[in-house]
Amino acid sequence: MEKGGFKSLELFYLSAHEAARLLKNKEISAVELTREILKRIEEVEDKVKAFVTLTPEKALEQAKAVDEARARGENLGPLAGVPMALKDNLCTEGIRTTCSSKMLENWIPPYDAFVVRRLKEAGAILVGKCNMDEFAMGSSTENSRFFPTRNPWDLERVPGGSSGGSAAAVAAGEAFFALGSDTGGSIRQPASFCGVVGLKPTYGRVSRYGLVAFASSLDQIGPLTRDVTDCALVLQVIAGHDPLDSTSADLPVPDYLAALRQDIKGLKIGVPKEYFGPGMDREVVSVVRQAIDRLSDLGAFCEETSLPHTEYALPAYYLVAPAEASSNLARYDGVAYGFRLPGKDVVDMYMKTRREGFGPEVKRRIMLGTYALSAGYYDAYYLKALKVRTLIRRDFDQAFEKYDVLVTPTSPTVAFRLGERVGDPLAMYMSDLCTIPVNMAGLPAISIPCGFAQGLPVGLQIIAKPFDEETLFRVAYTFEQATGSFRRWPEIGGVA
Amino acid sequence: MEYEAVIGLEVHVELKTASKAFCSCSTAFGAPPNTQVCPVCLGLPGVLPVINRQMVEFGIKTALALNCTIAPICKFDRKNYYYPDLPKNYQISQYDLPLARDGYLEIEVDGVKKRVGIIRVHMEEDAGKLIHGEEPGADYSLVDYNRAGVPLLEIVSAPDLRSPDEARAYMEKLKAILEYLEVSDCKMQEGSLRCDANVSVRPKGSTAFGTKTEVKNMNSFRALHRALSYEIERQISLLERGERIIQETRAWDEQRQVTYSLRSKEEAHDYRYFPEPDLVPLAIEQEWIERVRSTLPELPDARRERLIKDYGLPEYDARVITGSKALADYFEKAVSLFPDPKQVSNWLMGDFMRLLNAKGLEPQDAPVPPEGLAELLKLQQEGTISIRIAKEVLEEMFATGRGAREIVEAKGLTQITDVAQLTAIVEKVLAAHPKVVEDYRKGKEKALGFLVGQVMKETRGKANPNLVNQLLKERL
Repeated sequence: MEKGGFKSLELFYLSAHEAARLLKNKEISAVELTREILKRIEEVEDKVKAFVTLTPEKALEQAKAVDEARARGENLGPLAGVPMALKDNLCTEGIRTTCSSKMLENWIPPYDAFVVRRLKEAGAILVGKCNMDEFAMGSSTENSRFFPTRNPWDLERVPGGSSGGSAAAVAAGEAFFALGSDTGGSIRQPASFCGVVGLKPTYGRVSRYGLVAFASSLDQIGPLTRDVTDCALVLQVIAGHDPLDSTSADLPVPDYLAALRQDIKGLKIGVPKEYFGPGMDREVVSVVRQAIDRLSDLGAFCEETSLPHTEYALPAYYLVAPAEASSNLARYDGVAYGFRLPGKDVVDMYMKTRREGFGPEVKRRIMLGTYALSAGYYDAYYLKALKVRTLIRRDFDQAFEKYDVLVTPTSPTVAFRLGERVGDPLAMYMSDLCTIPVNMAGLPAISIPCGFAQGLPVGLQIIAKPFDEETLFRVAYTFEQATGSFRRWPEIGGVA
Repeated sequence: MEYEAVIGLEVHVELKTASKAFCSCSTAFGAPPNTQVCPVCLGLPGVLPVINRQMVEFGIKTALALNCTIAPICKFDRKNYYYPDLPKNYQISQYDLPLARDGYLEIEVDGVKKRVGIIRVHMEEDAGKLIHGEEPGADYSLVDYNRAGVPLLEIVSAPDLRSPDEARAYMEKLKAILEYLEVSDCKMQEGSLRCDANVSVRPKGSTAFGTKTEVKNMNSFRALHRALSYEIERQISLLERGERIIQETRAWDEQRQVTYSLRSKEEAHDYRYFPEPDLVPLAIEQEWIERVRSTLPELPDARRERLIKDYGLPEYDARVITGSKALADYFEKAVSLFPDPKQVSNWLMGDFMRLLNAKGLEPQDAPVPPEGLAELLKLQQEGTISIRIAKEVLEEMFATGRGAREIVEAKGLTQITDVAQLTAIVEKVLAAHPKVVEDYRKGKEKALGFLVGQVMKETRGKANPNLVNQLLKERL
């Protein structure tokens, strides 16, 4: 495996499934592997700033337990001893979960999220909680109330967002994989910016129990990984019905590793023209077009198609998501937990607490959402947005009558510079142009590295029918195997 | 001008499901603060609600008993408002697609029967409770979240009620039905049955509605009646002075016995309802509805008819007895042990209810069980004790919880039926009151009562009154 031409045998750049194999064969112990990751974190974290909270003691403790269990010959889970990172909006019992917000800076959940429980059962080792845009609202991780995370490929650039810390940690060798959450592109766009694989599963594929809600009808948890195999492996662990999440689907979970076949002959791939038009960086488009040619070479049938309502997805999203957020975030009032600024009465306390506890982007969205739901505006905004959502879903339904998957760029541009878009919310919102329609339709989509533009990673987005993650994996795996050279790892500010 | 009132009631009923509406915490009343809570009902970050099937079933049951149509698909919505007892600052409720619509219940006031429309029945979660610091200078409030998430039904009547009497009859009937269904404890003082009223007045004969006010905070049937009477009078006098009624929310002040303005229409909340994205719409199959229908118990109206038919009770008695399921259960049990329905009914409606109300108890909690009452009535029927003594004994039974026979024996209350013993006392009384005896013989009938009273006094009420009468008359 090529690693940007630098030291080629670094353990911390193994894929998760390779690491799991070494552990299983006792070629390395979980403690050794965890120490390796902790050492790597020590080396690069000052530059990358991927983590809000590190848990080295707990990680080593857990690693020791895995080694002991293995020594006793116990049957271990598929990720036993593999260090991982979690976005800091996934509740972890006994470990603070901040959402990168002052509001929850010191909040320690009394329970584990469903996915956290699943990963613990699979034996994965948590090394830390990753930085993010506050409450997952943003596309650059600059909206963190603590500090921005840097893109490991260029420390002057953003890692994308909102799961920027998770993507950066995986790209920088600080964890073998991470979980993020994706409401409008928050897994795929940072995966694309950081040159890793990121999957947003079908809405309902993974339980949201314990994911701090941003927009409940759009939020979905998914993996950020070094390769497609890891992505399938992690999804296998976290997917499935959860009686505590009424929106999680009660459907059987297929064998995702079995779906990793190098064969896309005869597969029908649609290329929606709306994702290649104005607003798209020319170099990015060109890299993606080459990737599509490659898919044709590999035997797929690729054809231009149209999703006519694409342009309405972004404005509709910015009504639906803030509306739900305005309600979801109402609970942060200083009464029972989290940040509180005392006031002269309860209303005064509410106002002071929320004015100080939330950052500007969160407040902007709460205001947008409150307005969209207000009496007299509901029909014109929220209800209209729901109708648009139906039209977008219908576009996809029609396209999937003809195609097995659709492919697009993941983001209109490569990673932009820190500070470049913070003063211009609309420019920031545009970076989710290609990913938002997928959330609006509840579909699964993966972003995989497909080349470089201006020396920075470019992501290819593959979109499939609901609950057809298998076909996503098949296309992504086939492409990855044929183009291994895109799997490179960055030299971080001279360290590597 | 003559006015008529137009009243509609919004009733909130706490359902006595084992667990809360959207989590598995207990709903039991009276536990220490914040001991029946979990991440879900505390609204912690990341939690999600799960619909309690039992709540839906109780909802269906109630809606069927109120003759409503159950929606094949209903959904939950969020009602957004800030209040410290509301953990999420939104309440999961139902807005435009409620569980059920278009029902009615029948009331009777002064012998006139009337059908009152039910506009809708929907499910929602209760809030917690604020406890304000009470010591002097206290400037804090505490929150108890035990009640947060307890399932509620909201039952909205049509504006069909025309007087405080009708409103009270509606509430009494609704309470009775809910009790018969065993879906709620219906304790107004504990807040498991709450009621708000929309009130307006209009010139009699008019069909247009006047400007309405919403009256809150009525914690008993009496408070409801008084608050409505007050509010109707207030509105009428405003109109008669040529003033306008302001659309607003008012609260009943139990201390001062007045309603006062809480907030105006302009200050009314905008609840920004929208569909609850954490729950999927709820489909209720016909089969489920039919299954629930088949479990419906006998309801008050049916039971009343049965008591009239099977026990020969007068309509009035049957109505009072069946007004409370517990009272009707008590009645039937007592009659099974003492098969004189009218006697039992008289006792229940009289002394029994008086003693119960004095203690503030419900029939099922009476210190005298049906077996105890039956025993008492038997003692009286056998002639062991007189009616007067029986009343005393019942009071003693309520006070001490002891059995009738036990009290009668311990206190030596057994009726004196020994002719020789009574004859002696009668002779003594006659001798002591020659003037009265004279009066009676001259035709003053009332004089006999006095003499009976004197015998009773001598025997401390234990003399058999029939025997005393007989003995006196023989000698006069």
